[in-house]
Amino acid sequence: MSVTKYESQIREPLVNGDKTYGQVTKDIVHTIEVKPTRLWYIGFYISAALLLFGAYSVYREVTYGIGQWNLNRTIGWGWDITNFVWWVGIGHAGTLISAILLLFRQGWRTGVNRAAEAMTIFAVMCAGQFPIFHMGRVWMAFFTLPYPNTRGPLWPNFNSPLLWDVFAISTYFTVSLLFWYSGLLPDLATVRDRAKTKLRKHLYGVASFGWNGSTKHWQRHESLSLVLAGLSTPLVLSVHTIVSFDFATSIVPGWHTTIFPPYFVAGAIFSGFAMVQTLMLILRKVMGLEDYITLGHIEAMNKVIVLTGSIVGCAYLTELFMAWYSMVPFEQDIFFKYRIAGPYGWSYWLMMTCNVISPQLFWFRKLRRNVLFTFVMSIIVNIGMWFERFVIIVSSLYRDYLPSSWSIYYRPTIWEIGFYLGTFGFFFTCFFLFSKYFPVIAIAEIKYVLKTTGESFKNDMSGLEEKELDSFVHEMHHDHHEEGSVKVAHH
Amino acid sequence: MALKKFVVGCFEDEKVLFPAVEKVRKTGYKFHDIYTPFPVHGLDKAMGLRETSLHTAGFLYGLIGTTTAVTFMTWVFTKDWPMNIGGKPHFALPAWIPITFELTVLCAAVGMVLTFCYICQLAPFVKKHTFHPRATDDLFVMVIECGEHTSEDEVKALLNEAGAQEVNTQVAEEGWWIGRYDQEQELYKEPNIA
Repeated sequence: MSVTKYESQIREPLVNGDKTYGQVTKDIVHTIEVKPTRLWYIGFYISAALLLFGAYSVYREVTYGIGQWNLNRTIGWGWDITNFVWWVGIGHAGTLISAILLLFRQGWRTGVNRAAEAMTIFAVMCAGQFPIFHMGRVWMAFFTLPYPNTRGPLWPNFNSPLLWDVFAISTYFTVSLLFWYSGLLPDLATVRDRAKTKLRKHLYGVASFGWNGSTKHWQRHESLSLVLAGLSTPLVLSVHTIVSFDFATSIVPGWHTTIFPPYFVAGAIFSGFAMVQTLMLILRKVMGLEDYITLGHIEAMNKVIVLTGSIVGCAYLTELFMAWYSMVPFEQDIFFKYRIAGPYGWSYWLMMTCNVISPQLFWFRKLRRNVLFTFVMSIIVNIGMWFERFVIIVSSLYRDYLPSSWSIYYRPTIWEIGFYLGTFGFFFTCFFLFSKYFPVIAIAEIKYVLKTTGESFKNDMSGLEEKELDSFVHEMHHDHHEEGSVKVAHH
Repeated sequence: MALKKFVVGCFEDEKVLFPAVEKVRKTGYKFHDIYTPFPVHGLDKAMGLRETSLHTAGFLYGLIGTTTAVTFMTWVFTKDWPMNIGGKPHFALPAWIPITFELTVLCAAVGMVLTFCYICQLAPFVKKHTFHPRATDDLFVMVIECGEHTSEDEVKALLNEAGAQEVNTQVAEEGWWIGRYDQEQELYKEPNIA
């Protein structure tokens, strides 16, 4: 049996240029071994400044209480929970790329999975801050954990979707971290073995856990990755399903809908891919990784964006239809008087434009492969997805059953906004550090697909398809032991 | 753990590596290991390694997670502190599915990763002998163990013939030890040759 795999010539190469294994290592590890560029420093300091502002905003909230935010009756959930859902949604793309696309055998995931997974982890860390600080008395956050305590022991309510969320987010974070780091081990070992300075050799030696590339270890590593991918696939779907349960299991008009889980998951993938695009387009430019994150990768992600954007659009229309069809006056009022119209109507139409209408331009191949257009669109999509969560939360809350307590308008304070900006600072600070100190592309995985999908090797393989067909037919012929039963087509 | 003598052959292409592996197996020499920069599919089978059962361990860990979650929530809500939540049954299995699922995944994943690290001897500060620094870069490094009756020269000749780019002999510790990669350690007081 031949060990050579071949791939159809129609598929475009995943790695451009004439690369050898050594070249791949050099291209990717290089950025770790040199001083960062000026652009990197500028970006890093801006992020760090945002992070500090965020830390001060949180300090005020913890010291003076939740009154530092403009939450009121009836809008008890405002920017903070909007931001929470937004960040969790963004945190879905990494695991989707690394797990679901691994199971679907999508070769293009190899170029982007490492950075996307890192992004996932940072985004989930940002997301977790919001419900924790929303508790007000944040030092009591551990009360959500079921540990034997002196209050009875009094246990948390396992029937509550908010507790399910605690389990879902923490599990998701842990599993993503393990998946990401176990994939990083071989690449950290590559950095270690190339290291010229003592400190780098020591630190990467510690970080790579003594990985040496043994065949048996690789075999186990493959098995581990596959099972973790299998576990993460339902996990990633469950996390946003459970986040949507926070709303859907309530009886608030506008939230009480069964469409929420699939609708939230599609939205999460949508916004997650948009954020991956934003980061990847900057990364490939700044780090010179155009050969590894190709236009083909960008196009593939844009296809996912247009698909999930359309699913989200269907969900919006379904919601409107169901509100009308339900004949429940409260549902109808929320959707038709207070959501698509009323003081918050502008946010609904902003969401519709950003999420449903503008991504439709990705049906054009030229635009899918246009870097600048993709970059702008990725930011538009993320603005749209933030407004989606804002619309869901605020427009369902600002007019409840008691008109006397209707709030005219909810405006966030500077500390509420500062908290959000702070998570941006945290996210980008982490991402800048990651891009400096870690291999941003999965080196081993690129090498694994290089000989089947690299540009230079693909060209060598013309004609292999015919040869392979012959040998395959020949083998079949042998197996059957029936002379003349298989018609062999010789060229 | 002891010092052993190894013949090391480095290959640049997996197309050369596979016939070489077959050749070594036919002559009956013992592989210590083959170090590769990326997972080479089929190499484990070619070397005659058995399939890993790590996934079975993962399944068992998952099972532990499921039972822990279900039994714990059942005990809390039916025995330890039964709460009346809207008159609903204490044993509210459908409402516990999310947490049960999450705990299953968590236990399976954490258990598998820890097991993986344990059986591959991977941990911070663990150090192993590096046969060739490019084994994590672009070389496939085949390491053959020399027993008492193995002729070193014969093995070398075999590897050269099979197409190895670089062949040498190394005396090295076969196991792992606690150490730093930027320092050479004195593992034995007296130099002993296997």
